[in-house]
Amino acid sequence: MTPITPAHYMVLSAALFIIGVIGVMTRRNIIVILMSIELMLNAVNINLVAFSQLWQNAVGQVFVVFVVCVAAAEAAVGLGIILAFYRNKETVNIDEMSLMRW
Amino acid sequence: MGQALAFYTLAAFILGFGVLVVTARSTVHSIVFLVADFLFIAGLYVLMGAPFLAAIQVVVYAGGIVVLYLFVVMLVNLKRPPEAHQDRRRRGRLGMVVALVVLVELAAIAAYKYVSPAAGLPPVTPMGPDNVAQVGMILYTDYLIPFELASILLLVAMVGAIILARRDL
Repeated sequence: MTPITPAHYMVLSAALFIIGVIGVMTRRNIIVILMSIELMLNAVNINLVAFSQLWQNAVGQVFVVFVVCVAAAEAAVGLGIILAFYRNKETVNIDEMSLMRW
Repeated sequence: MGQALAFYTLAAFILGFGVLVVTARSTVHSIVFLVADFLFIAGLYVLMGAPFLAAIQVVVYAGGIVVLYLFVVMLVNLKRPPEAHQDRRRRGRLGMVVALVVLVELAAIAAYKYVSPAAGLPPVTPMGPDNVAQVGMILYTDYLIPFELASILLLVAMVGAIILARRDL
């Protein structure tokens, strides 16, 4: 077996990102869509750590800490919006969330 | 050899659970698969020599964010399956096409990477055991102001989430 290079991690990260994109694009349950976004953020984190290893520089890992922080904020606000919307419309289907549709 | 084996095992589990998260019919099942996915990603961080991030991944993602999702799924009663209603104007195929375009784009980048001279990347070598100390040193010196801003962001998000989730909104 060939040794594991950062390219391996990048391919893994790209595959995980694609899975997240497919989830966002095809599902209609908004909670699953938010989870797919978390998957995409994790793919980005894997990429950052891989480059941090490649350059032997810990700044990439510091950025991962910030990404996790923003992901937590995003999840809290996003789920708050879902709750508020559910109280008004009794649905979590994005096809029925057309309040601001042009 | 051992590292390669660990990498391929972890990668298979990460991608497999990722697919399950996206395809599971039940939202609660999706969340359980998401927890497993996060735990395997934490294992990948350990393999890459980033134990601090592995701990953060387990504590913040698998322990905090996922519990938040679980609470919301329990608060919104999914009597009617969300996928039952479909908008006629919705173009599901178009979403799949967009995802495939992104896939082709990333595959092109990967192929370019492999044929270009830069393909000879050095193997991954885990950083030294003082990795946590390094991260802490960078976080509290060069990135002190972003670090404080992150705390303000979390405070704002917390206040915003509480206001949004209030009953009278």
